[in-house]
Parts: sequence; C-alpha cells; structure tokens
Amino acid sequence: MTSTVSTEGAHAPSAPEFPMPRAAGCPFDPPPALKSEQELGSLRKVRLWDGTTPWLVTRYADQRALLADPRISADVTRPGYPSPTPLRGASFSFILMDDPEHARQRRMVTAPFTIKRVEAMRPAVQKIVDGLIDDMLAGPPRADLVQAFALPVPSLVICELLGVPYTDHDFFQENSKTLISRSAAPEQRGAAHANLTGYLDELMGHKIARPADDLLSGLGTRVEAGELSRREAAEMGVLLLLAGHETTANMIALGTLALLEHPDQLALLRGTEDPRAVAGAVEELLRYLNITHGGRRRVALEDIEIGGEVIRAGEGVIVPNDIGNRDPEVFTDPDRLDLGRDARRHVAFGFGVHQCLGQPLARMELQVVYSTLYRRVPTLRLDARLEEVPFKHDGSVYGVYELPVAW
Amino acid sequence: MKVTLDQDKCVASGQCVVAADDVFDQDDDGIAVLLDPAPPSARADDVQQAAAVCPALAIRIQD
Repeated sequence: MTSTVSTEGAHAPSAPEFPMPRAAGCPFDPPPALKSEQELGSLRKVRLWDGTTPWLVTRYADQRALLADPRISADVTRPGYPSPTPLRGASFSFILMDDPEHARQRRMVTAPFTIKRVEAMRPAVQKIVDGLIDDMLAGPPRADLVQAFALPVPSLVICELLGVPYTDHDFFQENSKTLISRSAAPEQRGAAHANLTGYLDELMGHKIARPADDLLSGLGTRVEAGELSRREAAEMGVLLLLAGHETTANMIALGTLALLEHPDQLALLRGTEDPRAVAGAVEELLRYLNITHGGRRRVALEDIEIGGEVIRAGEGVIVPNDIGNRDPEVFTDPDRLDLGRDARRHVAFGFGVHQCLGQPLARMELQVVYSTLYRRVPTLRLDARLEEVPFKHDGSVYGVYELPVAW
Repeated sequence: MKVTLDQDKCVASGQCVVAADDVFDQDDDGIAVLLDPAPPSARADDVQQAAAVCPALAIRIQD
C-alpha cells in the first residue's frame, strides 16, 4: 500500500500519535489527549503507526457531516487511506468498499435486520439470556461474566441467524480475537483471516448443497445465481460473524462493569419494567462506552472544506465516535453516565451509508440483557478491584478480557 | 408538516421505524417506506427524530 505523508496542514509537525492511551482509573472515558484535541478544534492532525498524518475530526456535527458526505471514500485500497494496521493482501468485505458495489452487497444481507424481523427474535433471545443465567445461578456464586454470559449471548444469536454451528464457537472466537487485535503480528492476523474465510467458504459449500432458513443459505442462493462469488460470500460471512459477537459481547461486559461502578444508575435500570426506559438506558450506554474506539477511517476523494480548514483530495480522515459522543455542544455534561437522558442521536454505530448493519439486533439483544441480568441477579457485584480488570486497550473493539463477578 | 423519503438513499437502518412507526415502515429488505407523508403536528417531534437519526439523510421535512 502506498501512503501519502502529508507535511502540509495545521499542526502536522507536532501531530500527536493516534490512537492515544486512556487515563488510568478512567476506563470508560476517551483518552484525555483526545479530549484536548477536541477542545483545540474540530479538525486536527494526528500521526499513525506508519508515520502518516491524517486528519482527525473531533466534533459531533462535523463527524456526521463527513461520514454522510459522498466525497469521502471507505475504500481501504486507495492511497492515503489511514489504515489502523499494516495491510496484507487479503480481500475485503463491503464495509471497506464504496457505492455502488457497497450498496449492492449490503442490500443482500439487510433482510434479517429489519425492525419486525429483529422483534420476532426477541423471545428467542430472552430464552437464551434466561438459560445462561439459569446455568450461572446453578453453579458456584462467582464467574467470569465474559465467558459465562457476555460472549455466549451474541454468539448464540448470530450463529442462529447465520446458520453457523455454535459447536464451532471456540474456533471462530479464537480466530476473531486475533483478527481484531492490534497487538497481533500481521502474519498472525493474516492466518486468522485465512482460517475464518476457509471455514466460512466450506460452510457455504454445505449451505449451497443443502439450503436451510438462514442468512448464509440466502447468500448461497446468490452465489448460485451468479450475483456474488463464493469468496465474496465467505468474506461477508466472516464480517457478520465477527461483527455479530465481538461488539455486542463487549457492550454487555463493559456495560455491566460501568453499571456496577455507577450504583445509582444501576438502581434506575433494576427498578423499571418500562421498555422505553430500558431502550433509553441502552442508548445512553452505547453513547457513553463507545466500544468501537479506533475511529471510522476514510479518505477524501475531493477537497472538502470544514470550518476554515480544507481536507485535500487523497488525505486520510479518522472519525472517532467516542469523542463525538462526548461533545458538550450536543450532550450536556457528556462525561456523566445518565440513563435518563435522551441519547438517541449518538454516533456509536457510525453514520452515513456504512452505519452498522446489525444495529437493530444489537439494540434488542442489549435491551433484553440489561432488563434481565440485574433483575434476576440482584446481588451481582464485581469480584475484583477495578484496577485488576483487564481492559482491551489493544483491540479495535474496546471492552474487558475478563469480568470476575460474584453474587 | 410534509415528509419526503428518498428510498434510493436508504441503507435500511430502520431507525425511522423505531422513532415513528405510524409514519415509517420497512419493506422485506429493510428499505424504508413512507406511510404518512403529512403526519399530524402532534407527531412532529418523533418525525424530526426519525430524520435526525437517519444515517443516509434520506428523510426531508417541510413545515
């Protein structure tokens, strides 16, 4: 990949490195240096691992405007694209493509994520959540909430939706962990990607031979019709499998920890059976926690002027939603977790044509989890000191590796 | 208020349906459908919300 090292533009010589570290003791807040950049201006320069200095967009309004701007490209193969890690000749799924090909492929997988289809899955998700809590309560009164609950919930759901055998979960969870880890070597990530694509490709073969009522079988039909290559279908399967459980699992575990650290807010959630209040609480947790903390990555196709600065064609752009969701111009007292506030306009799922496809499913799963777990396990508490909890500082999705709890 | 929806822009996020399910619906692939192009003023807040959260900026409102 060739990269454009920009030496022009404001602040480039002293551009701070990105991503920035979080402050010890403030695991739920964006890095202090990122907050400082937001205070200094909306358009800043940062320095990446490869020495390139793309733009960082810090303010909520500009973040939304840019992510919805057709002059911005998500095509990872374009020169100037600010890649978070070295690229190694893999092929890419539609989240790293532009329209019209992005739209064509995305529309092939939107059907299961309509509000009605997702709502129809709610009783099944409730059953999964209740079953996992039953198992937890039947054993000793302590557990790692990540392994016992946070990871199995979305994993069971996405396996069911895609038609992936849950019995293979050790295999794909291990590989997806490596794939999204910033600290894994490029060779390791490449191997994990090959493992997952190979697995999905083989599964696709089974689905084509014996279609069932699931998303992968639907893609198999498209492959048979010549609308999609089998390789592309496998890549889409990897994307959905990965996105389907890494994100939601981290929201469940990190959200639980945030609530345990804010007992007054947890009490609000435990005390309500109003689905609107639960839905509102989920939106606020999404705004506050921002587990996709690496920023949306784009490259400008044309010159774009924003607040007196000009992003030149070919320059990289990073849009970190975590700091956008803490913009004091949009959210009053933004660093406070306030489950009663209206947080629905947050950009935790991104914005523009690439906004998270699975967001209705994620919201529903989180609503079921947050309205069930603390009611059924009212004495749930952290079984460690906060500073002992291992946070995922190195991953492209933020969260905790383990969450020791007792009840 | 008058509401217009550009289905070609829609990315099937469904957030308009969550905000105002008497004004918006989705087809089988998730593409938004406008049920009521002239909703009563009592629905103004929810319809504004639908337009604000639409990631594709596919909803336009005229007073």
